[in-house]
Amino acid sequence: MSQLEIKDLHISIGDKPIVKGFTLTIKQGEVHAIMGPNGTGKSTLAKAIAGHPDYTITSGDVVLDGKSVLAMEPDERARAGLFLAFQYPSEIPGVSIANFLRAAVQARMAEGEELDATGYYKRLYAKMDLLKIDRKFTSRSVNEGFSGGEKKRCEILQMAMLEPKVALMDETDSGLDIDALRIVADGVNAQRKTPAAPGILLITHYQRLLDYIVPDFVHVMWDGRIVKSGDKSLALELEAKGYDWVKQEFAAATA
Amino acid sequence: MKPPTEIETAAAENPVVGIDQTKGDFQYKVDYAFDAGTGLSEDTVRYISSVKKEEPWLLEFRLKALKTFLDKPMPTHWATKDLENINFDKIRYYLSQGQKPKRTWDEVPDDIKKTFERLGIPEQERKFLAGVEAQFDSEAAYSNIKDIVAKQGVIFVNSTEGLREHPEIFRKFFGKVIPTGDNKFSALNSAVFSGGSFIYVPKGVKVAQPLQAYFRINAENFGQFERTLIIADEGAEVVYMEGCTAPKFSTSTLHSAVVELVALKGAKIQYITVQNWANNVFNLVTKRGVAHEDAEIKWIDCNIGSRLTMKYPGVVLKGERARGEVLSIALANDGQHQDTGAKMIHAANNTTSNIIAKSISVGQGRSTYRGVVHIPKHLKGCKNNTECDALLINTNSRTDTYPAISVKGDRNATQHEASVSKVSEDMIFYMQSRGLTEAQAMSLAVNGFINDLARQFPMEYSVELKRLIDLEMEGSVG
Repeated sequence: MSQLEIKDLHISIGDKPIVKGFTLTIKQGEVHAIMGPNGTGKSTLAKAIAGHPDYTITSGDVVLDGKSVLAMEPDERARAGLFLAFQYPSEIPGVSIANFLRAAVQARMAEGEELDATGYYKRLYAKMDLLKIDRKFTSRSVNEGFSGGEKKRCEILQMAMLEPKVALMDETDSGLDIDALRIVADGVNAQRKTPAAPGILLITHYQRLLDYIVPDFVHVMWDGRIVKSGDKSLALELEAKGYDWVKQEFAAATA
Repeated sequence: MKPPTEIETAAAENPVVGIDQTKGDFQYKVDYAFDAGTGLSEDTVRYISSVKKEEPWLLEFRLKALKTFLDKPMPTHWATKDLENINFDKIRYYLSQGQKPKRTWDEVPDDIKKTFERLGIPEQERKFLAGVEAQFDSEAAYSNIKDIVAKQGVIFVNSTEGLREHPEIFRKFFGKVIPTGDNKFSALNSAVFSGGSFIYVPKGVKVAQPLQAYFRINAENFGQFERTLIIADEGAEVVYMEGCTAPKFSTSTLHSAVVELVALKGAKIQYITVQNWANNVFNLVTKRGVAHEDAEIKWIDCNIGSRLTMKYPGVVLKGERARGEVLSIALANDGQHQDTGAKMIHAANNTTSNIIAKSISVGQGRSTYRGVVHIPKHLKGCKNNTECDALLINTNSRTDTYPAISVKGDRNATQHEASVSKVSEDMIFYMQSRGLTEAQAMSLAVNGFINDLARQFPMEYSVELKRLIDLEMEGSVG
């Protein structure tokens, strides 16, 4: 079984430390929710693990199935089994979703190996049916002119097609109305049921998403590290008491 | 001076992208019976004309052109100063068959061999393109297509043969669309031209298959100073394809072609170019067509490589309801300057023109769009649409747009859109996070950028273009 170990990770943007000693192990099939107020380093964590060049990992390690990914390029990390569902996915004008995903699938094949186009489309359409996505969607340019909901569904479709070992989902709920949220959550839940279910790190600001994607673990992030962990009831408690409660508790503990 | 046989060393002038051209250079036998030597003088022009056994009027035409060329200043008041680096005295203006380049396959640099392999160029063509063989054995393909179209009365020959064997057809239009004095380089071409195609399509004949210059490679096609003239008589239709995506090996650093198109009443001409020059080549080309009543001329122009390309295909919309179109793609990589654009001269009522130009600048590459759209006041019902889009890949790239649209009067319509976009770090990261390498991500972004244009190209050309872009992007990632 695959697992991602994040070990005492420290991340800076420029000279500024953002993540300060984050440790967590995510096993395949598990859903870990990371909650916390804005500016605590949640998104930084996700992007740095995926290899974004703007973030510097100053110490600690990220290990996928026993192998550190830190020396790898972002694309190598992706091919090794990491997936980042973006909070703000980029538009790629003129490149259709079908062609984009095809290139991504092809990139995972051995050199000289040819993609079976029929099989590819069959699989793509099956995943789209599962996510209740119209077939016409595939001929549209990636994210160009998409609504918030369409962008997030496009992310989930990519995740379903690429079958990562571990998916980092960065504020997948942001900008979604309740219907869109439900559709996206259904898509994630459908993947949780498959034998190839990825381990999921679900980054969110609100408890709302967790009504639909029920996590196995909830972690509260504050000032660049996990300050509290629990099960899904922790999310409800947070919702009731607010983040100030965590701040105070954290302040008391470090005082 | 012993005049050699007519077929020139076509292979002598074909380059490859990004190579050190001093490496494995061509060697020539020094034998002035077979070439005009270096430098340009009246003697050079007389020599070329005598070798080609030309009529006196043509020699006169050439000599007059030479004078025009020498009199005209370099257009550096508007164009790049880099033009001043052309050393006209060091150029070999004409080579005949006796001067085959000498080089063996083993002497061809490895990177070129690799490029041929990557582009999937057949074995026998590789040797030709690399300059190992002076001639590419396409005679069969050429005579085949020539026979097929000849049955329809189509004339498809080289410029020398066209002027010698069919003066009654070609002389009437030769040098009329682009006069000798149009610009310094059209004058140069007029003085020393050789190679290029002459095509005449009779009334009402629609040529089913595209005519490709590629078919007549060994018939002196890839000349430095090509001269092409295509005439589509009333109601005729023809598609012509020039060049191929294979990198071309060059023994010369100056290429200056002139292409003239004449579409008579109701005729349609489509002219497709895909060129991939070595990065030491000055590629200075004049292309223009005249569209008569209800006629249509469409230029599809892809420019990749070269040190400097200056090319602005144009259409003179001479008859009512004539249509003109230029679709162009230019890719400027490190050290290259693509100065391209289009000219639409409206000269009759209800004429329409469309320009879509896309440029890609990579690294230090520079692209410039220059356009002219002219609609005089006395006309009515004329329409123009101009779109120019530039894509920049990394911050050192430069792009400039100089659209000159002069639309007079209030009975005509024009529309102009320009955009500059960047392949951002975030876009590349997004694609990389899906498993694509940086080079693959860039190719995909570039291909996406030109996608709507490339779709209008013939299938094999758009596929080749995509492969070419993949190769260019691979080289641009550090």
